[in-house]
Amino acid sequence: MQSTASHAHTSATDSSHGHAHHEPGFFSKYIFSTDHKVIGIQYGVSALLFLLFGFFLMLAMRFQLANPGKPVPLVGPLLEKVLGEDMAKAGVMGGDLYNSFGAMHGTIMVFLAIVPVLFGAFGNYVTPLQIGAPDMAFPRLNMASFHAYFLGGVVMIASFFTPGGAARSGWTSYSPLASVTDLVNRFDGQTYWLMGMVLLITSSLLGSVNFIATIIQLRCRGMSWMRMPFFVWAQFVTGFLLLLAFPPLEAAGLMQLMDNLFGSSFFLPQGLVVSGSPLQVSGGGSPLLWQHLFWFLGHPEVYVLILPAIGIVTEVISNNIRKPLWGYKSMVYSVMSIGFLSFIVWAHHMYLTGMGTKVATFFQTTTMMISIPSVIILTALFISLWGGSIRFNSASLFALSFLPMFGIGGLTGLPLGFNASDIFLHDSYYVIGHFHYVVAPGTMFAVFAGIYYWFPKITGRHMNELLGKLHWAGSLFFMNCVFAPMFIQGFKGMSRRMSDGGTTYFGLGVDPGVLKLNNMIFWSAIGLGICQIPFIINFFSSIFMGKRAASDNPWQATTLEWSTPTPPPHGNFLQEPVAYRGPYEYSVPGAKSDFSPQGDKN
Amino acid sequence: MEIPYTYKARPDTGLYNAKVGIWLFLASEIMLFGALFSAYILLRVSAPVGFWPDVALAWPRGLLNIPIGTFNTAVLITSSVTVVLAWAALKMNNFARFRVYMVITVLCAFAFLGIKSFEYNDKFSHYVIRLQDGKALTGHIEVDGKHPRFWNFSDQWSVAKLAEQKVAKIKVEMDPERDVHGHVKAHGSHDHEVREVAVSDIVFMGSYTPATHPFFAVYFLITALHGLHVLGGALVLGYFAFPGAKMWKSNPEQFINRIEVGGLFWHFVDLVWIFLFPVVYLL
Repeated sequence: MQSTASHAHTSATDSSHGHAHHEPGFFSKYIFSTDHKVIGIQYGVSALLFLLFGFFLMLAMRFQLANPGKPVPLVGPLLEKVLGEDMAKAGVMGGDLYNSFGAMHGTIMVFLAIVPVLFGAFGNYVTPLQIGAPDMAFPRLNMASFHAYFLGGVVMIASFFTPGGAARSGWTSYSPLASVTDLVNRFDGQTYWLMGMVLLITSSLLGSVNFIATIIQLRCRGMSWMRMPFFVWAQFVTGFLLLLAFPPLEAAGLMQLMDNLFGSSFFLPQGLVVSGSPLQVSGGGSPLLWQHLFWFLGHPEVYVLILPAIGIVTEVISNNIRKPLWGYKSMVYSVMSIGFLSFIVWAHHMYLTGMGTKVATFFQTTTMMISIPSVIILTALFISLWGGSIRFNSASLFALSFLPMFGIGGLTGLPLGFNASDIFLHDSYYVIGHFHYVVAPGTMFAVFAGIYYWFPKITGRHMNELLGKLHWAGSLFFMNCVFAPMFIQGFKGMSRRMSDGGTTYFGLGVDPGVLKLNNMIFWSAIGLGICQIPFIINFFSSIFMGKRAASDNPWQATTLEWSTPTPPPHGNFLQEPVAYRGPYEYSVPGAKSDFSPQGDKN
Repeated sequence: MEIPYTYKARPDTGLYNAKVGIWLFLASEIMLFGALFSAYILLRVSAPVGFWPDVALAWPRGLLNIPIGTFNTAVLITSSVTVVLAWAALKMNNFARFRVYMVITVLCAFAFLGIKSFEYNDKFSHYVIRLQDGKALTGHIEVDGKHPRFWNFSDQWSVAKLAEQKVAKIKVEMDPERDVHGHVKAHGSHDHEVREVAVSDIVFMGSYTPATHPFFAVYFLITALHGLHVLGGALVLGYFAFPGAKMWKSNPEQFINRIEVGGLFWHFVDLVWIFLFPVVYLL
């Protein structure tokens, strides 16, 4: 404790000393900063705003599904005014608007919210600190990466205001649908979507090169590979996924741009008829090609969404059980296997495309194989809990509920991985339920756990525990109320694509009970939104009024980020950090306290 | 704390940061071009037979200028050699020789781009035409006594546009006849026979541009993307040769590293072409 107190002291004098010489202006400090911590915060704030925006898109859609044909309350007139009569006549969500909200909800959540918050925000802030590095290996690339991301986000949002509205061919943008949505105005929302994606892919390329190079090159003395915290391992593998999986989508995006703007036929087959008239293109392309290239990114992307989340959960759990993590090495090897296998499972999204049963069998096999390392990681985390003296604070509650929620998400994926059962469930609400269990109560809970856990390091203050627990309990309850009914709807065969909530199917008296679930989901989604209010209040008030962190290491954690001053200054460490031991040495027999930090010699 | 290993190698990995960075970047680039080559293969093997009007094959062959492509390959390989020589000259502490080799490299790059744009120009004004009787013609066309040029997109002709502008006849400067493999059947006096074609006889016509056939779409996409890489590389190497060369005085070790990293990228650009040339031109 003494040494950490003196840290804080020297840091204060250091910064006042720096002030006297040169004070960085607002722009160089907050907009054009090359400091990984500032960039991490920039990513975090922008990504959380996009997350909120994506959430509101979803609320509007859920209202439409529960009350098809009724004007959207509160925002209906605004939608009509801003987006035009074609989109929302009298405030009623039209089919096109529903489709574009659907496509943009997916795009925004995946590419602008979750990946940036996990990789851009937590990755940027925490990774260099945990490996004892002064910054990222390429600070200016890091800044460029954020700027490309932000610009990509601006392009995506701008697309809502183009004539014809934003992209509306699903977040997967399947061709030929995506190439024929607007045959008159070729510079439509889809073109914006593709340009936005090129920017986002550039951003993730710069980011991933930076992360991998940082982890390889800038580990401090003593930080051997097997002494790296699991969070760093997760970021390392995620970096490779982003580095290698995104370029094929960039290639595919360029091809679709050419199809849309220059009339080529990469993805347009011969004899395509649109709205009753033959399409005036050469044809000869392959719609399957788009799907292959898209899912070659799309599947590793799913692991990009989950691996850093598992990394955060591992950090929070290991700290709050006060005992060593069970099976650290097997978790490391598992995360590497997941990284490798995730490149050869993509076509399990395409069983229904008629690509052939032999191909389907191959991808079914690899899909079952990838569940093994995932189960190993989850099992190791569960076994770690055994015999621990668990601290139930907001961070650990979120991390603990991640485990069963991600478990549900993973297990419900198995029937989709099998060819035979997928044919029945494909494109139904079951798929939506499965995927959202992985990312919403899964990844999002990890994000919240990470925010509660690292907040004292970033701001020097704790978040309020009571509000945090309210946030956790409400979120856990309503998340399940939102997503569990979707499994039932899916089993009943409800398609995921219909903007009327399935009325055309079930209005014929097949099973009206399934339709009523739409109401339940809508009101639960409202409840989920209300439960985020304590979090937002907590987040902002705690920056200024939260309980001050007692020391630089308030959670009594072992990893290196806690041996920096709070908040860490530019350059992070006051003296060169050295890792003397593994990352999770809690309750070591004979040690003077129940935690032995990596950076402490004794 | 300063960021370590910005130009000194880290002892256990034996690499400085930028070298790790460039190799990772190149890995990503391999995936980008790999996806495009895969797309080429998939489009080619799944192309419907009889789709290309010129020959009884699904996929157009022999339409690219092989001698020019070969020459361009040689130009690019030369530049790859000179970029190594430039780096070696720096290692031997000979800055003047470095600059000479770097200038040759950049000149080769621009020569490559110039030759490539000559090829592009030829393709934009080259047409394939299918007639009522099922026969197909390929060659450059002349409309109202003018040859269409690539820099003017309104010069692109289609059957509909000819009818709209009430053009009755066009002249076609015919290509030499080819067999099904795309090889020229016979060389001789009738190489560039000029034929008049009535517009009413034409079922379909299109220039050698992306809209006419997926082959051209994929050809233009890959070569244009490669061309952008050549341009980008040339600009960076040119920067190192002149304004960026100031670093040679302040930090020679880091400057040599920069040349090495730039050279690695340049070899990659060369390597892409080494694959691109046989796949697109020869096969």
